[in-house]
Amino acid sequence: MDVPRHWREQIKRYRLMGSKCRDCGKLSYPYRTVCPKCRSRNYEDYQFIGRGKILTFTNINSPPKEHKYNLPYAVALVELMEGPVITAQITDARAEELEIGMEVEMVTRKIMEYNDDGIICYGYKFRPIVEYSHP
Amino acid sequence: MEDNVAVIGVGLGKVGEHWEKSLRDLAIESIWMAFEDSGIDKVDALYVGNMSSGQFIEQEHLGALIADFAGLGPIPAVKVEAACGSGGAAFIEGYMGVKSGMYDYVLVTGVEKMTDVLPSKTTSILANASDRDYEAFNGVSFVALNALVMRRYMHEFNVKREELSIFPVISHKNAPFSKHAMYRKEITLESVVNSPIIADPLTLMDCAPICDGAASVILCSEKKAREFTDTPIIVSGLGLATDTLGVHDRSQMTTLSAAVDASKKAYKMSGLSPKDMDILEIHDAFSIMSALSIEDMGFAKKGEGTKMALEGQHYIGGDLPINLYGGLKARGHPVGATGVYQIGELVYSLRGDGRVDAERGLAENIGGSGATISVCILERGD
Repeated sequence: MDVPRHWREQIKRYRLMGSKCRDCGKLSYPYRTVCPKCRSRNYEDYQFIGRGKILTFTNINSPPKEHKYNLPYAVALVELMEGPVITAQITDARAEELEIGMEVEMVTRKIMEYNDDGIICYGYKFRPIVEYSHP
Repeated sequence: MEDNVAVIGVGLGKVGEHWEKSLRDLAIESIWMAFEDSGIDKVDALYVGNMSSGQFIEQEHLGALIADFAGLGPIPAVKVEAACGSGGAAFIEGYMGVKSGMYDYVLVTGVEKMTDVLPSKTTSILANASDRDYEAFNGVSFVALNALVMRRYMHEFNVKREELSIFPVISHKNAPFSKHAMYRKEITLESVVNSPIIADPLTLMDCAPICDGAASVILCSEKKAREFTDTPIIVSGLGLATDTLGVHDRSQMTTLSAAVDASKKAYKMSGLSPKDMDILEIHDAFSIMSALSIEDMGFAKKGEGTKMALEGQHYIGGDLPINLYGGLKARGHPVGATGVYQIGELVYSLRGDGRVDAERGLAENIGGSGATISVCILERGD
């Protein structure tokens, strides 16, 4: 992952910043400058809350080389509560705990580190929703 | 008749791990096999189907490279890229070259040299067919994308993993006959189900192998083709369509809408329908893609893509034989070459290889996780 390529996506990845069509209201993640529904080019930034549910998932045993230090890991398609579906790793959960329909929330985590340039790339992962108790 | 385009030559190189052969060696071998098969020895243009020579062997500019080293002369030659769908896409470009009247004889060569790099790098290169910034960045491999679709399919239609595992068995059943296939042996359902899990629910034996290979076909007008043969193989229908690049953006995750669109175009162009097809070459890179392809091209209802397979109808002798030369699973899947292998194999079957009496067949070539799909219908022209 070359530095500029990750740098320019930072806001979109760290804040889950997608886009909203100003004409028809269609939400997109990743961001789109042409609306996939009405073809309008009139769009604005839209930040997603970062909650959703698992539509499907898999556990990866044979990863691409830049992810081989992360094994084992699961990836899922998560349907955000606002509608769009996002591809992301699932973290803080054992593989056998995952199921379709499970509610998950976004967290910011390290995606890869041992790449050619030595930069650490952060991004979003999702984890099962944690219920905190406040004393 | 004068407007029709025909395939007059086929050259299918042996698929495998060719340590001693380079990309150009493989391409040249298949080109000269196709020349020998056709009876001609020069062409007016070359289209090369290739996914990722720049990443696999750090070589771009394949059109000029292959035209030069294959002795084709200073003809127009370009590479066509659509991930694993490159071969089928190149074939369509070649067809248009003849159909338009621009060229008399066109050569289409699909080639991929995948085994010079380590498997984890191959996995990374193949993931470039997906959205690098928003799919592959997050660690999803190409196998994983198919696994995601497969789990969803099993969930939505209540299909068991074992039912999908029939497809590799069918493809392998035809492989011993297939001289150019990588794995010329039959396998059992148990061996698919019990093989190591790559990305659950997909096992190793659900996946087509990484390999090297090159395939070439030669196209010309039907009129010219009849100077060489009494039974030319006619290209009667073609369609190519795209879908969202990312699986996450599909309104129906378990529908290959590009297969729906591309097959409709090919049926319309040929005036034929699914029931007119005698044989199919389908893109069984992963077992799930076979089921989706059969459904979305109109051979089965949604959710019933495994039905005919489980009834034995896709074997030779059944109602609709598929992958008669081993498919991607047993012949091998040298990604950018695959679409051209499929066309060549369809030509072999239609010419008559002693196993089936088929007049019409269809080949389907998928790029990425379904973002590009081409469909080609060929007919025996006697």
